[in-house]
Amino acid sequence: MRLLVVCFALLWACGSVVADGYPMVQSGRELRFPDDHGSHPAYRTEWWYLTGWIRDGEGKEYGVQITFFRNRPRVAEDNPSAFAPKQLLFAHAALASPGHGRLRHDQRAARTGFGLVQAAQGDTDVRIGDWSLQRTDGDFVARIAAREFRLELRFRPTQPLLLQGDGGYSRKGAQARQASYYYSLPHLAVSGSISVDGATRQVSGTAWMDHEWSSEILAPEASGWDWVGVNLKDGAALMAFRIRDQQGGTLWAGGALRSRNGETRILAPGEVHFEARRRWRSPRSGATYPVAMRLRAGDLVLDLEPLMDDQELDARRSTGTIYWEGAVRAVRDGAELGRGYLELTGYWKRLRL
Amino acid sequence: MALPFLSREFLHILGTGQGGRGLLSVAAIALGVALGYAIHLIHAVAVYEMEQAARSLTGEADLVVQSLQGGMDESWYPVVARRPEVAVASPVLELEAKVPGRTEKLKLLGMDVFRADALQPAFFLGGTGDALDRLRPDRIFLNPASAAWLDAREGGEVILQSGLSLVKLRVAGTVNIPGPPVAAMDIAGAQAQFGQLGRITRIDLRLVPGIAAQRAAQSLQSVLPEGIRVEVPEARAAQAAGFSRAYRVNLNVLALVALFAGGLLVFSSQALAVVRRRSQWALLRALGVRRNELAWLLVMQAAAVGALGGVLGVMLGYWLAQAALDLFGPDLGAAFFRGIAPQLAVAPGAAVFFALLGAAAAALGSLSPALEAARAAPARALHAGDDERAFARFGSPRAGAALIVLGGVAAWLPPVAGLPVFGYIAVALLLIGAIVLLPWLSRAVFALLPMPGAPLAGLSFAQLRAAPSRASLSLAPLVASIAVAAAMAVMVSSFRYSLEAWLDRVLPADLYVRAGGGGDTAYFTTDAERLLRGMAGVERVEFARSVAVSLSPGRPPVMLLARQLDPAAPGARLPLIGESLRPGAGQLPLWVSEVAADLYGWGVGGTIRLPIGGRMVEGVVAGIWRDYARSQGAIVMEREAYRNLSGDERANEAALWLRPGTDPGAVARALAAAFPAGALETALPGELRRISLAVFDRTFAATYVLEGAAIAVGLAGLSASFAAQVAARRREFGMLRHLGVTRRQIGFMLACQGALLALVALIVGLVLGSVISLILIYVINRQSFHWSMDPAVPWAALAAFALATVVLAAATAWVSGRQAMRREAVLAVKEDW
Repeated sequence: MRLLVVCFALLWACGSVVADGYPMVQSGRELRFPDDHGSHPAYRTEWWYLTGWIRDGEGKEYGVQITFFRNRPRVAEDNPSAFAPKQLLFAHAALASPGHGRLRHDQRAARTGFGLVQAAQGDTDVRIGDWSLQRTDGDFVARIAAREFRLELRFRPTQPLLLQGDGGYSRKGAQARQASYYYSLPHLAVSGSISVDGATRQVSGTAWMDHEWSSEILAPEASGWDWVGVNLKDGAALMAFRIRDQQGGTLWAGGALRSRNGETRILAPGEVHFEARRRWRSPRSGATYPVAMRLRAGDLVLDLEPLMDDQELDARRSTGTIYWEGAVRAVRDGAELGRGYLELTGYWKRLRL
Repeated sequence: MALPFLSREFLHILGTGQGGRGLLSVAAIALGVALGYAIHLIHAVAVYEMEQAARSLTGEADLVVQSLQGGMDESWYPVVARRPEVAVASPVLELEAKVPGRTEKLKLLGMDVFRADALQPAFFLGGTGDALDRLRPDRIFLNPASAAWLDAREGGEVILQSGLSLVKLRVAGTVNIPGPPVAAMDIAGAQAQFGQLGRITRIDLRLVPGIAAQRAAQSLQSVLPEGIRVEVPEARAAQAAGFSRAYRVNLNVLALVALFAGGLLVFSSQALAVVRRRSQWALLRALGVRRNELAWLLVMQAAAVGALGGVLGVMLGYWLAQAALDLFGPDLGAAFFRGIAPQLAVAPGAAVFFALLGAAAAALGSLSPALEAARAAPARALHAGDDERAFARFGSPRAGAALIVLGGVAAWLPPVAGLPVFGYIAVALLLIGAIVLLPWLSRAVFALLPMPGAPLAGLSFAQLRAAPSRASLSLAPLVASIAVAAAMAVMVSSFRYSLEAWLDRVLPADLYVRAGGGGDTAYFTTDAERLLRGMAGVERVEFARSVAVSLSPGRPPVMLLARQLDPAAPGARLPLIGESLRPGAGQLPLWVSEVAADLYGWGVGGTIRLPIGGRMVEGVVAGIWRDYARSQGAIVMEREAYRNLSGDERANEAALWLRPGTDPGAVARALAAAFPAGALETALPGELRRISLAVFDRTFAATYVLEGAAIAVGLAGLSASFAAQVAARRREFGMLRHLGVTRRQIGFMLACQGALLALVALIVGLVLGSVISLILIYVINRQSFHWSMDPAVPWAALAAFALATVVLAAATAWVSGRQAMRREAVLAVKEDW
């Protein structure tokens, strides 16, 4: 069932007008915690996004991605049935290990209900059966039982929240309503275990978390975006994105650079530039991704080099699309300045219905 | 020596002289094989489609959690989904949805698309519209068969009945489920739109890899109540295949009858050949062909004829099956497979088997004549006039009597795997026994009949009496076909008579109203009940609720009928048979249909455990009633008791008693006006009776045709045998012509003999037929359909049948005799000297 093609479209690409019944994202709303760690079921879409670099006892490195999406489809709001699809949840999980050659990934899709599938309000507690993400004692704990691997990971904040945009109000387009509420948690300390290829390994590393919710993000002419979040070695954190049009030009851009001493500089659309340095063509989907990029964000210039080329994630069976979400090194003049994750969407098909 | 000789001998049997009979044998065997093979092919398609349908509905589930009655509370879904052995749990609300204005229901699957998708990726809801249509409560997806059946396509509308109101659903696309009509929609939408909130009917499961399905089923069953059962999907497919069993069995009998007739024709033609060519074969023996070589040759010769019939039969059967599928579908009109065009799958093994069956029937038919031919002493057989001695060997009263006794014993044996195997064996033994007894019987009958005074009639009678064995050989096919035809006629008439009496008993009210008729989505609510009771002219209304109850994993569900009736006098509403019981206080009285009693082995006074309202309830069998309507069995309980146990306030049917002088038609019109168009079906008892009998007559029309065919085969046998006899008796007729008897007079003689033989055949055949009809009624029908009936003999029809047979036999004998008498008498006499 390609049901989810549309859910995806709803998740990311909304029509030209905000549909009635969804609250609009507005500037000036102060984010409050832990409430805003929890779900915001009134809004159309929401996600919790964890990406990180981890290393096992033998020093082998992996990229790991855990994402939970929430969507309110507004098709059965007044149905008294306990099965009424008032809230839909999706999840992607991926494990990149260079020796394996391709990304191992899996996905889930479900409607909420019966205590089996839920996105709680008040604090982070999202679950789809045996996939869950919870905030306990200030840490985020993820449990993922995927087809080819299992993850039991704890993400401990080491830095304060990074509110994106204007105090968490993050513009995504020329229209004021094309925006989201958005905060990040860079430099999360990762501990726990991964089970892959029949062995369970203790791992540790550094991760990045995004939590974002909105009712309308993309302008109708948008076809996708490039996004990157980098934990710099000196303790600084960089987030940068651009929304592309169908010709590959930039419709909107933005970002934030927080120095090690906590000074945050919000990047204006003109301050962020992505430039493809190397492209990789997926033999499966045929999509071509700029897997190596030169990023200019304010004064900072970084080369993004992927941990491995094939970090394409086929999510057609949940959110209905194929995208590239990969562990990257941030390098300048041959020296590694940091590590992060690069997300390339809309290269397979335009992010639309 | 074998091949050239055999082929010449084989051609001989089809050639002149024996040609008519040989061809007829081929035709009869071909017919039997064709019928059997066609039934096999249709059945294979039906089973395949049923299994496909059952499988496609459960997807690739490892296990299915199924409620035995009325669905289960949805709170069991998270219980099952959380079990460690379960990887994916997909809840389903399966409804038989009422389509206003149609009798058949639409199978509607309310599904959680996310779960169904995880369980069976191939299962695909496709549409060109918004993908959220798959979640909208007013959208429906049709499979190809249901789209054709409802004549609806994407963008169109499907109207279904919920309670007594109508639900409009937009067709949003297709659902990729092969087989019979099925529609799919969101489970939440289905629950809300059809009054099923809180209820699901099953949960399809995918297990965690590495867990054996049987073990998982046991551990799951341990946390579920008795009314919910964990099954492997194969059990559902097996249950589906059971549906076609009844019609299959009956048609197979007809095929066996045709094969039997074919074998019989081979027998009588070979037996005559043994006589006619006795001297030729004796010559062969004298020339050194050994005894068993000759027997082998004759059997092989017959087998070759049978094989030819078999091959033709397989071809004919394929064509028949294709035609039947095109016309009626694989269930032969029973509407299990509406709207699909199934394909015949030809397995070479089965085709070869059926062709060999033809050869085997013929070889068996020729066995006794071949042994007889081999046994004859060559010296004596070379003499003329040894014919009758050869014939006499075929009838052994002792063997015949033994066969008949064995047949009688077989009739008392119980069914094998639910099939009346011994019933069929009994019929076959009786038929064979009677045929073996025929020479002896015909001798006895001829001895009893007075010799007519008129010279020609007297002469023909004397000829028969002098050669009863030869006569009885011509009779065998006719006797068999008369017996079968008469038995079937008696059985059908008994059935129809019993059905009429039953209809009078079960339709006591003035007007019947039905909401959906057994479907899950159409019913009377308590409000509708009140409205019905308050209608002008209505004196009294009795409501009934019918729900399907699954009692055994391998069987289709039984209907549970909750009716308003007086437990002190259940006979006022139910056509009870046998004793009944007044249940004690605190006991739940149940009245079971005889089908259910047979299938589940229930007797009056026994206890039954039934799943009602999600738990097991114990009741006592207070009586057994006759029910021709529900072939899977039915259980009646008081409606009040059912309501208390299940909390289900709904009703499907209402019987209305009107005030004296009220026009039922006017009440029906008022009812139709009070509810949405098509929501109610009203019927007068007279109409219901007429429709039921019309359906019965249509169903059994095929048997009348087959009875006719059976008689035609019998008469054809008689005709061929007369032609052969006339040819064999050329000398005798030539002598008579020399003595001044005219050709016309010889024709009259032959007609007399034909009529006389037919009379003997009728006497034997009708007696045999009545015995067989009793076996059909009390053994075969009872064991395969579990319906009892009271014997009723169609006297007038049988008398007309007897008269027609005698006239036709006389005509046949005369015509075939004339054909054979064309040769000059002089030549005929010359031949011998």
